[in-house]
Amino acid sequence: MSRTIDELRADLTARCARIDRTIKIMEVCGTHTVSIFRSGLRSMLPENLRLISGPGCPVCVTAQRHIDAAIELATHENLILATYGDMMRVPGKLGSLEGLRAGGADIRVVNSTQTAVDLAKSNPTRPVVFLAVGFETTTPATAAAVIAAEREGVENFSVLMCHKLVVPAMLALLQAGDVPLDGFLCPGHVSVIIGAAAYKPVVEQHKKACVVAGFEATQMMQGLTHLVAQVDEGRADLENVYKAVVNDAGNTVAQELMDKVFVPADTPWRALGTIPMSGLELAPAYSRFDAVGRFGLTFGEDEDNPACRCGEVIQGKTEPADCSLFDNGCTPLTPIGPCMVSTEGTCAAWYKYHRVRPSTTGVTA
Amino acid sequence: MSEATGNTANCVLLAHGGGGERTAQLLREHILPPVDNEKLRHLPDGAVLPWGSSDLVFTTDSYVVTPIEFPGGDIGNLAVAGTVNDLAVMGAEPVAISLGLILEEGLPFDVLDRVMASIAGTAKTAGVQVVTGDTKVIERRRGRTDGSAPPDGLFINTAGIGRLIPEAKLGITSIEVGDAVVVNGTLAEHGLAIMSVRSGLEFESPLRSDVAPLNGLIRTILQSGIQVRFMRDATRGGVAGVLSDIAETRGLSVDIEEASVPVSPTARHAAEMLGLDPLAMANEGKVVCVVAAGDAPRLLEIMRGHPLGRHAACIGSMTAAEPPLVELITRAGGRRIVQRPYGEDVPRIC
Repeated sequence: MSRTIDELRADLTARCARIDRTIKIMEVCGTHTVSIFRSGLRSMLPENLRLISGPGCPVCVTAQRHIDAAIELATHENLILATYGDMMRVPGKLGSLEGLRAGGADIRVVNSTQTAVDLAKSNPTRPVVFLAVGFETTTPATAAAVIAAEREGVENFSVLMCHKLVVPAMLALLQAGDVPLDGFLCPGHVSVIIGAAAYKPVVEQHKKACVVAGFEATQMMQGLTHLVAQVDEGRADLENVYKAVVNDAGNTVAQELMDKVFVPADTPWRALGTIPMSGLELAPAYSRFDAVGRFGLTFGEDEDNPACRCGEVIQGKTEPADCSLFDNGCTPLTPIGPCMVSTEGTCAAWYKYHRVRPSTTGVTA
Repeated sequence: MSEATGNTANCVLLAHGGGGERTAQLLREHILPPVDNEKLRHLPDGAVLPWGSSDLVFTTDSYVVTPIEFPGGDIGNLAVAGTVNDLAVMGAEPVAISLGLILEEGLPFDVLDRVMASIAGTAKTAGVQVVTGDTKVIERRRGRTDGSAPPDGLFINTAGIGRLIPEAKLGITSIEVGDAVVVNGTLAEHGLAIMSVRSGLEFESPLRSDVAPLNGLIRTILQSGIQVRFMRDATRGGVAGVLSDIAETRGLSVDIEEASVPVSPTARHAAEMLGLDPLAMANEGKVVCVVAAGDAPRLLEIMRGHPLGRHAACIGSMTAAEPPLVELITRAGGRRIVQRPYGEDVPRIC
């Protein structure tokens, strides 16, 4: 019999009361961040359980130089840039894609990679570039699009690769060593693809608890209860409380697709710097679909606003309200840092669900 | 392309039309100052104009929906129902509407004919006549010649006049602590129907727009003797937008019970898939009513007896909590703040 949210909450509260310190859990994924706020879960947690929002919002971790490259591409004569909607407002050095579109650039918001390939097919004389962002949830779709473009000879299609991998980012955070964490609430949808076993290095090398959980309030509460139980009992194990959806091995078909089309590569993360083997590039057999080579793109350095603390926010070192720009120049209307742009961004979620009446959420910032 | 920068500060963005905070900013900074006057200042759905011994209500609205035809309706239903509803929520009985058509070259006649048939049908249902109009044709726009998108070249502006119903004593300032917030049915269906067509998503049971003229339902409510304090149709910005306006203008808070908010299972599923909040999604046949708590049961009974109110529900109440905010008491038992959406709704990417 699965427990109700009230039973889980009672268990969690009792365990937290026994633990005489602040327990720090990182929810890795932006969808968890938003679901936690949306469900009002924070307002139900004991005071000494602190949730830290990690680097799992794909918009937030996309390096400025990648945004700038996308903006440069979109100004090419005749080119169509296809992107997920969230990327439209991310500020680069010269502005955003949203502003470029208003200026006349042909930028199409798509909700699937197939739509981007279809755009290329129906515009055979125009280059179509897909801005490929996201973690392992969106990566297989990019792989499928590249394969489709090859199979159907859609040579005017290419991708700007900005994909990232979840586990290397978690390991890099832990190796940096200055984020005192008790464990990770691991994202359900990424885990569907990579499998629960993918988090083994986090548990084995760093002795941090990992629990894979779904996105409903009860599922998240269950995940947190299991994490706190591990802290309470002095364990650091890998647990999966989302077994109906996530298995150990993951989706091997999707993994094979990714392995066929991509190879791991070093990649820059917004404010985290370059993390070895934490991104993907096109495998040699598909490299002609790489927009970087096709358009001779070069990447500059990131020039983030020095006052912006998004980098610390996504590492869990700072909470949004501690940033001097938060609600003081940086708002969802006028985002300065990427964490304010995406609906999944930590700062946007704080602003939207938490800003005005902090007592509502019960967070002790 | 010249002047290729992504500077967002000096031109109109698509997000300015989303009905959220961006739209408010556009009005505040660029539209209202040059034409400021007493009637315009509070941005009601329509203006009340004394006319002899009675009062006329005057309103206008433009429609640019893509696609032109969508599950549950088309731009024609929308143009008539939208203007009729703006009059009805002001407490007016619609009398006549105008029809301004802007057609793009290349628009197939069969699409135009279907839209005109919708306009006629909805006007008949609402009991209004189209009494004047105008037609213009514009050149085909760039970027639509590739067959990648359906023809989008039809825009409509409608204006409407109505007679104020004498029983209606509506005003946001008459809202009191303890008042009940009632909606006439399941939310988010228009916005989600449009969004799912645009995203190419299909659901087990089809999502249909709720577009409908509400003047019949509202007339029944107003003539029942219930003292409705305030009404607004929850279009762009959804119920979240209406309640945020109430909280801001009246200076009171609103507590919403998530478990009481009517959302169909299909709409709930679609909203989850797209990462969107049903409270912030557009409706085209839903009205938010604020009444004294004691009147709520009778209002629900009247609504549920009408075809457009079968799933009516009391979703929350006005409170004196400071500062004035809209808060949701979630199904899980937590609380969170509900804000007006910022601009364009975009499905999340993962």
